[in-house]
Amino acid sequence: MNAPLALSPAALARIDQAVAKYPSDQKQSAVMAALTIAQDEKGWLSTAAMDFVAQYLGMPPIAVYEVASFYTMYDLKPIGKCKLAICTNLPCALQGATAAAAHLKQKLGIGFGETTADGAFTLKEAECLGACGDAPVVLVNNKRMACAMTADKLDKLIEEMK
Amino acid sequence: MGLPIAPFAAGLFGPDAVIMKGITGANWRLQDYLDRGGYSALKKILAEKIPPEQLIAELKKSALRGRGGAGFPTGLKWSFMPKGYAGAKYLVCNSDEGEPGTFKDRDIMRYNPHILIEGMAIGAYAMGIPVGYNYIHGEIWDVYERMEEALAEAGAAGYLGQKILGSDFSFELYNHHGWGAYICGEETALLESLEGKKGQPRFKPPFPASYGLYGKPTTINNTETFAAVPWIITNGADAFLGLGRPNNGGTKIFSVSGDVARPGNYEVKLGTPFAKLLEMAGGMRDGKKLKAVIPGGSSMPVLPADIMMATDMDYDSIAKAGSMLGSGAVIVMDETRCMVKCLLRLAYFYYEESCGQCTPCREGTGWLYRMIDRIEHGKGKAEDLDLLNNVADNIQGRTICALGDAAAMPVRAFIQHYRAEFQHHIDHKQCLVPDYI
Repeated sequence: MNAPLALSPAALARIDQAVAKYPSDQKQSAVMAALTIAQDEKGWLSTAAMDFVAQYLGMPPIAVYEVASFYTMYDLKPIGKCKLAICTNLPCALQGATAAAAHLKQKLGIGFGETTADGAFTLKEAECLGACGDAPVVLVNNKRMACAMTADKLDKLIEEMK
Repeated sequence: MGLPIAPFAAGLFGPDAVIMKGITGANWRLQDYLDRGGYSALKKILAEKIPPEQLIAELKKSALRGRGGAGFPTGLKWSFMPKGYAGAKYLVCNSDEGEPGTFKDRDIMRYNPHILIEGMAIGAYAMGIPVGYNYIHGEIWDVYERMEEALAEAGAAGYLGQKILGSDFSFELYNHHGWGAYICGEETALLESLEGKKGQPRFKPPFPASYGLYGKPTTINNTETFAAVPWIITNGADAFLGLGRPNNGGTKIFSVSGDVARPGNYEVKLGTPFAKLLEMAGGMRDGKKLKAVIPGGSSMPVLPADIMMATDMDYDSIAKAGSMLGSGAVIVMDETRCMVKCLLRLAYFYYEESCGQCTPCREGTGWLYRMIDRIEHGKGKAEDLDLLNNVADNIQGRTICALGDAAAMPVRAFIQHYRAEFQHHIDHKQCLVPDYI
């Protein structure tokens, strides 16, 4: 196991809040929240970060790795300062997402799964974000849904997140 | 905190809306909900001490069916919970909405969160459940935050927590967020995920009512299902049934997406003609002609325009037409669309989202995707169409959960209705529609 890595007191307080939602003998239920909080603070989930969560929740590290590698929004490798995930699924594609994705790739000079050379942006292809009515939709840093993304709005978003 | 939502005119969801009646995008707070008559069903139940059996009987009579996709009768599901069981029991709301085309629960939660809370509290009362979890799709974090605010409001005002409104009934409700896994919309995968594990579905039986969250009796319903409950209690089962059709009670929120002028959610009476729903969504975008519709979310069989234009939007009518109402996600495709390309994108989705537990699905979804990919890109072989159906046959019904069926059904339906288009790709070794569309 790698050397444990500590999270800030604020992050720990948030994890404790999540733990309190579940029965006292079911702390593991808070693992998704804890990993999300750790990722928010560290930018991505290193083995040390996952080991810390395992220790904090009293789980075997392998059980934490299983969860972290199963859910797509956990980043197990360093990513750019800003992560943009655009949905290209059928309903979005019918509403302009294919062109929006091409615009993003061209503007950033990278493909899906890549990070710009300056480390500013990582671009991902997302599966259904559950917001098809607002297509094209881009999920910014996992938590902000940018809706109805025309080329113009995409340019502004990139400018804002630089 | 809070969503950057521009308020809109009340009535956006349609004149017959029940769940979304009077919603403007800005009136989501507790006081707004109370002003709309909210929490009156819960108050009535607690004040009159209505027996739980009576509530369940009322729900059965209303013909409310699960709005998440399976359409299972809600009252019947509630009656499966063991009575007089001494240990822990759980109530779970499935808000893990990730079926391509579906975005109704997002609007319920961000615009009218308290209707869900009230519906869950009534369910908890009817089944004698002290604790509930609302599992929210990880990708809609702003909605998760809104639900957190709504829970705090409801708790502070005594609609949740210990001894609700001074009665003997207590119910604690918590939000739990996912983090990117379509499979967690499957109820047993959702339970695994809630327990802090990979979201891989469980064998059924045992069903959640006997072995659910933490191995305890559990009832799971969709967000929209819970949201329909307060109206039924306030107005009565007969009134709800009267909104729809026999065996298809009430209204349904349809998420209309694709080639329409105004994609969005429209709440209509079950049994409303598809043509009327299409009209509410502004008709076809740019005046193009309707070609095909997937009427119930990406997992359901596609239907050609002529069949859809003659079909009403309710569980039984859509089943009769050869598809399923599913989650109520209506994906509309116009005359310019290549059906091979459309199916290819869906096939990739199932390949990407298969949890990997069952071999037929894990391997089969990849085979389906790769074969459709080669047909689309001019490398298809004469035998591929029969082979696709064969692979679909070998997935469907041979897996633990329905994701395998969901991957297989669209393939079969696309080939059944648009075989000539697939054949053209194979014969002419190309797609006629450019990639950028």
